[in-house]
Amino acid sequence: MTSVHPPPLISIRGLSKSFAGVRALENCQFELLPGEVHALMGENGAGKSTLMKVLAGVYQRDAGEILLDGRAIEIDSPRAAQAHGIGIVHQELHLMSHLSAAQNIFIGREPRRGLGLFLDDDALDARARRIFERMNLALDPRTPVGTLTVARQQMVEIAKALSFDSRVLIMDEPTAALNNEEVADLFRIIRQLKAQGVGIVYISHKMDELQQIADRVTVMRDGKTIATLPMAGTSVEQIIGMMVGRELAAMTNEAPDTSRNEVVLEVRGLNRGKAIRDVNFTLRKGEILGFAGLMGAGRTEVARAVFGADRVDSGEIRVRGATVAIGSPADAVAHGIGYLSEDRKHFGLATGLDVETNIALASMRRFLRFGGLVDAAATRATAERFVRQLQIKTPSVEQQVVRLSGGNQQKIVISKWLLRDCDILFFDEPTRGIDVGAKAEIYKLLNALVAQGKAIVMISSELSEVLALSHRIVVMCEGRITGELRGADATQENIMQLATQRESMSPA
Amino acid sequence: MGPRIVNRTMTEQASLARPSPLAALKHTLVKPATRQKAMAFASLLVLMTFFSLASPNFLQTGNLVSILQSTAVNGVLAIACTFVIITAGIDLSVGTMMTFCSVMAGVVLTYWGMPLPLGIVAAIFFGALCGFTNGVLIAKLKIPPFIATLGMMMLLKGLSLVISGTKPIYFNDTPDFPVISQESLIGYFIPALPIPNAVLIMFVIAVLASIVLNKTLVGRYTFALGSNEEAVRLSGVNVAFWKIVVYSISGAICGVAGLLIASRLNSAQPALGQGYELDAIAAVVIGGTSLSGGTGTILGTIIGAFIMSVLTNGLRIMSVAQEWQTVLTGLIIILAVYTDILRRGKAA
Repeated sequence: MTSVHPPPLISIRGLSKSFAGVRALENCQFELLPGEVHALMGENGAGKSTLMKVLAGVYQRDAGEILLDGRAIEIDSPRAAQAHGIGIVHQELHLMSHLSAAQNIFIGREPRRGLGLFLDDDALDARARRIFERMNLALDPRTPVGTLTVARQQMVEIAKALSFDSRVLIMDEPTAALNNEEVADLFRIIRQLKAQGVGIVYISHKMDELQQIADRVTVMRDGKTIATLPMAGTSVEQIIGMMVGRELAAMTNEAPDTSRNEVVLEVRGLNRGKAIRDVNFTLRKGEILGFAGLMGAGRTEVARAVFGADRVDSGEIRVRGATVAIGSPADAVAHGIGYLSEDRKHFGLATGLDVETNIALASMRRFLRFGGLVDAAATRATAERFVRQLQIKTPSVEQQVVRLSGGNQQKIVISKWLLRDCDILFFDEPTRGIDVGAKAEIYKLLNALVAQGKAIVMISSELSEVLALSHRIVVMCEGRITGELRGADATQENIMQLATQRESMSPA
Repeated sequence: MGPRIVNRTMTEQASLARPSPLAALKHTLVKPATRQKAMAFASLLVLMTFFSLASPNFLQTGNLVSILQSTAVNGVLAIACTFVIITAGIDLSVGTMMTFCSVMAGVVLTYWGMPLPLGIVAAIFFGALCGFTNGVLIAKLKIPPFIATLGMMMLLKGLSLVISGTKPIYFNDTPDFPVISQESLIGYFIPALPIPNAVLIMFVIAVLASIVLNKTLVGRYTFALGSNEEAVRLSGVNVAFWKIVVYSISGAICGVAGLLIASRLNSAQPALGQGYELDAIAAVVIGGTSLSGGTGTILGTIIGAFIMSVLTNGLRIMSVAQEWQTVLTGLIIILAVYTDILRRGKAA
């Protein structure tokens, strides 16, 4: 660091953190100056949020030290962080929807009257109103937050962080749900705080935003801090290069041409409210069809609709040329369609049960013998076959699924659908929460599946993944399909352009 | 302008905020409690109209007083449950806790021959102690409320029988004891309104509980815990402490119920109590408090308690067999919860 800087507000040195043996942070270094907006960048799962949650007292560190004004401090709870003047706006909203905006902001610090026996809600509302005025936010403090839009709820979270008179303010993707006007408002507030000497950690993926607001940037990758650089004079390519640690990939799966293969799935005129609007696509045997788009673009909704998990307003689904009626997941499975949800724990696996049961779960009927008894030997043999074929790393098929890594859990879900004879598979964020090594294995597996003649729809928010695996890429925005890309057209830039092609705006 | 969009990962870059139909949302989120209360009150009126048409005996003062009297105990227990249910918890032990408290009052008054006020204090103290224990089991030992209070239900039932030697404890040495529940303070001043003290006490408890829920810190945290416990924890609030406080308050209110029932029977009946918790929970649910927490009112709970006793009383007056009364009560509870789910479905 150059010596012109004032002493750092926060120094993080050699910080490490593991969760159940999985290393989330390793020897992280970070520094925040007063009056500085310090961007923290990295791919999903790089450890940005985890690092900041340690600073905010949500998680406890395993090793390393945190210094405030040069003095080592302990942050063992959210309250301790607040007492040190460290406020955080979490990426996920942490609000009590039944309570009012003011009640949410001052939860735990309610003004009282009558010997402290009674709540002073007038004072509470007045305090909240003052913060809203400072933010130039027209909001009635008595409004229950459950009735607010997501953007407004985010503003309440920011107001809450501000209400601590924090010297350090951590913002984890604060603009994710805000529109341009609201972002401008937020930046105005950030500049005000900056002028007051508040140090701000700003986690975001929006490069243009960071160039407007950030002074320095620290890049993280695989739980490590890679480098800290001044924002001015650092190119976007440099940052991205550090984030991924490799050159950007263009579409690489140009392998066998699938454009003449048999169409196994055809979706026509699919509609469901505003979530899905006139979606049409075809899926061919032996291909991976990538679904790209921003969060909330409607990709998961399409998958769920085709799988029969949600009702649709209209639309036709054809499997191998025949129109089918899919009213429930059971219908979809009967037609050979499997869905691997993005949230494996909640929808894909019974994590408390063992590997064997999970693999057999969707196909129990075939293991039933005389009198409705389950043929344990056959179940075991089948499970063991899949463990071998898919190289699932587990001590035995009796292992509880919850004890396995994300990659192996994903393989178990895949086994389940393969056993059920599904040959049309929807993968929703198949590598979310899976470490780099296991990702490569999942990619290999997906390629092996299509080589065997399965057809795959892969929804992913990681562009490198979509580009590397897909034969074709469909891009969605606001419930519509805004384009289809293949071959040389499939570039990050084209995808992003289609992914942000909103009806309300001219194309970027 | 800077470089174009270069994000490698898009997950966290969400779409623009969708403008939600604010008015409609407001309607469904702000109002349900009010609407449910209005609906519950309307059902109560319909029931009463129906029974008074069906039987001339229904509207007799004697019968109305008996409805009031029979509502009191369940009403107070239901108030106790309301606190816990708003935190998204459940308390299955309120029935036997009530009995345990009346037995402890019996021990203090009859076994030890202490004066009446000490008996009252004992009942409420032991109620709070039991509630405190529930709170510690749930908040500190992380035992799910259903299991913790199920265990407590059986434990207290057993303790009551052990302490009393399985025999009722009569309050023969405390002649004023029946006054608590049976006499009528209001009737003393206004002879035309012989409302039993038990009912008066229920309303006093209801008013106090309402104030605690809406005007004090405990009340605020009761709703906050039921709405989003994780958010409360991340706000630096001592979640375990406040949960224990809520369960303790609930327990103390059960102690009052114990006094009411012992006073009405002029004895502590150790075998009584099991089953009361379900009536209380039913009253809470009928009154519009959501089992998933975050919302609820004492007024709704009181109306719920009245619906249950009017139903029981009316059916009895119409000479419907006891067995069928139970069947109907069950149906009403299912119906009440189903309408709650329907409303929730619309809100989502």
